[in-house]
Amino acid sequence: MSLLDIQNLDVTLALPNGPLKAVRDVTLTLEPGESLGIVGESGSGKSMTALALMRLLPRSATCEAKALRFDGQELRDLSDPAFARQIPGPRIGMIFQEPMTSLNPVYTIGRQMTEATVARGLLSEAEARRKAIDLLDRVGIPDPEGRMSQFPHQMSGGQRQRVMIAMTLMLDPELLIADEPTTALDVTVQAQILDLLDDLRRERGMGLILISHDLAVVAERTDRVAVMYLGEMVEQGTAQDVLYRPQHDYTKALLAAIPRLDGPARVPAQVAAAPEVEKVISATNLCREFHSRKGLFGPKKTVRALDDVSLELRRGETLAVIGESGSGKSTLARILLGLDLPDAGDVRMLGRPVLDLPGAERASLVQPVFQDPYTSLNPRRRLSEIIARPLVLRGEGDSASRLAAVKDAMEKVRLPDRLIHAYPSQLSGGQRQRVAIARALITEPEALICDEPTSALDVSVQAQILELLDDLRAKMGLTCLIITHDMAVVHETADRVAVMYQGRVVEEGSARDVLGNPSNDYTARLLAAAPRFGATQEMEAVQ
Amino acid sequence: MLRYIALRGALALAVAFTVSLAAFLLLNVAGDPAQAIAGEDATPEVIEAIRARYGLDQPLTVRYFEWLGGVLQGDFGESYYWHKPVAELVVDRADETIALALSALSVTILIALPLGALAALNPNSWIDRFALGVAVSAQAVPNFWLGLIMIILFGVMMPIFPVSGDSTWKHFVLPAFVLGASSVPAVMRLTRTGLIEVMGADYIRTARSKGFRGWPLLRRHAMRNALLPVISVLAVQLGQKFGGSVITESIFAINGLGRLALESILGMDIPTVQMLIFVFAIVFVAMNLLADILNAALDPRIRIG
Repeated sequence: MSLLDIQNLDVTLALPNGPLKAVRDVTLTLEPGESLGIVGESGSGKSMTALALMRLLPRSATCEAKALRFDGQELRDLSDPAFARQIPGPRIGMIFQEPMTSLNPVYTIGRQMTEATVARGLLSEAEARRKAIDLLDRVGIPDPEGRMSQFPHQMSGGQRQRVMIAMTLMLDPELLIADEPTTALDVTVQAQILDLLDDLRRERGMGLILISHDLAVVAERTDRVAVMYLGEMVEQGTAQDVLYRPQHDYTKALLAAIPRLDGPARVPAQVAAAPEVEKVISATNLCREFHSRKGLFGPKKTVRALDDVSLELRRGETLAVIGESGSGKSTLARILLGLDLPDAGDVRMLGRPVLDLPGAERASLVQPVFQDPYTSLNPRRRLSEIIARPLVLRGEGDSASRLAAVKDAMEKVRLPDRLIHAYPSQLSGGQRQRVAIARALITEPEALICDEPTSALDVSVQAQILELLDDLRAKMGLTCLIITHDMAVVHETADRVAVMYQGRVVEEGSARDVLGNPSNDYTARLLAAAPRFGATQEMEAVQ
Repeated sequence: MLRYIALRGALALAVAFTVSLAAFLLLNVAGDPAQAIAGEDATPEVIEAIRARYGLDQPLTVRYFEWLGGVLQGDFGESYYWHKPVAELVVDRADETIALALSALSVTILIALPLGALAALNPNSWIDRFALGVAVSAQAVPNFWLGLIMIILFGVMMPIFPVSGDSTWKHFVLPAFVLGASSVPAVMRLTRTGLIEVMGADYIRTARSKGFRGWPLLRRHAMRNALLPVISVLAVQLGQKFGGSVITESIFAINGLGRLALESILGMDIPTVQMLIFVFAIVFVAMNLLADILNAALDPRIRIG
């Protein structure tokens, strides 16, 4: 008998402008101890499917199904209180995407771990505490006993996600649903968490549903893969079949869009050929420290965000700065943009110290593109205003010439003309990031500094944006500094790479050398942790 | 922590003295105290004598610093009107006002919290709209008018409660309701928004995925988070109750600090007014400090001191 049997599941959202079918006719089954990956981009209905199973759908959503059976029991027959008592927790456990906010900030880890078992009368307070400490130890939390009395804000994102996993295991669920469990985490942490889930599944003979937008992650870890697109399940099969013999066009497109470490290398920019390389930006011996105090009178704590960092950006090249969160990459970007001042060291743009440059001139040399296109555009301004803003600030041109410049910039980033008077809220994530790039390009800067330009976007959109940046570099001779945590992005776009770790540049060199033959331990670890999958059919066909 | 409280205490005193200086200047600009004490028909000689007796012929700065010197020794001066030490007068009348303020705050809590919570748990339902209606009316109706209506309803048409005096607990029912009602809108709307926000939080979804629903979910996971902002506002509201007692006590003839304030203002009894303002300011700042300490105790992310 299957552990989980979902037949023809529909989820409908009541939206102000009419009902929307978020999930359409989804059928899937899972055997005990089996792992299933559900893949799709945001809005494809993969999370909705899991939430419907857990009865955690938002108020506005209704769900219908021919069958919704768990371990032979029809879940639709259970009343809400009976369902809450029997299913969520002891039978199906769920881990969510946002480890930073998924734990209650005002209660201790211990209380949150033990409360469900104690409230259900499964274990006494003392037994639950022992079990919680054991599980925290099992998921790799150091000093589990001491952690029990700590609060979520005293832990890192990776640790919180481990606590979340341990908490779900407290009730020994037969099925574990992990909804994008590692999306918010660094690559090295991501690999650890996924290994942990895999081990636990084997150890306990638990069913596992792994939901992700990242096909590479899912393919590595699961027996079977289901691909969702626009609310429908377009393909389902063994991981091998879906990866290497994809049937549906969307799966093929998704596979092609993934930036891959083991794909063909890109053609490097012709930088080395020029005899005298012009340095657009050069930074020497940058140091930057941040001080924080615990409370008003606590001891001072110093964090070295940048520690003796030297870097140069040559004309026409794409330099990738890679590292985990907290490694100082964003501080570096802010300093290179002139938005922050280093404690020591100096930054030169085209040979002139950045401090001597007035703001407007600096802005014409280097422009930023930020990570989150959903929050970095003013929601109350039209595209025409947003894109023209740098020109207005510099007092350049009249409204007619500005409009022409906006149209030109929009064409460069391939945004359709008709969007010129639209508001950001009317655009998709990828379109918004194009707006951000158009805004950066309008002053015709020497260089772009892109801080994680694609990490908030879906894979297929990410591929388009990366392609656009590469195109602009080739056509306009644009110089680009890309900050990322994703090794595959580096592989696809960069000529040179600088690896940052704890405020230092630990390795620097051509992308081919660094990725193919890392000389630093940390770089090797980053590379090993990046998910990858073997050659696909098309690549084999090419060979 | 202790150091922080000491610092805030000192700050409270500084605020109280600043407020008292401002009050002192305004009172002396508003009119001639000697004239007020002497009465309208007094001869210039009598006024002059009173002026000399109370030291009102001294320059303003001298008088303020004399008052300040006295306060630092615990002496708030003697009332021009009652001819008693002001401190004695204030202490005598304080319990009525404290009783009124606390019972008014209880009324606020008893109405606002349940109504706000019900509205939050059933957004856009009839109960939500009803709660909104209550909030809008309570916000729109002036205190004195509500007081008079209450007197007509429950004192005249249906004589259930006494409307004048402060000898039994029954005397406090109507004034506490009137004074408490004015804080209901702010507290209720804040409870509603806070709880709606918390119920949509990721950690509530986590608790639901562990099988918590309904009342246990509310009590074990949502309540504390939602109440954090409400506590700050309640503390400020309690401070306002002391100030608001001026009108309510006058309407219901309660012999508390509010009424004392009104009488001493009308009689230009500057030492009494000065001390009352001083006390009200300290109460206000102390309530804010209390709210900060409570918040820090309930929310581990906040560490003060």
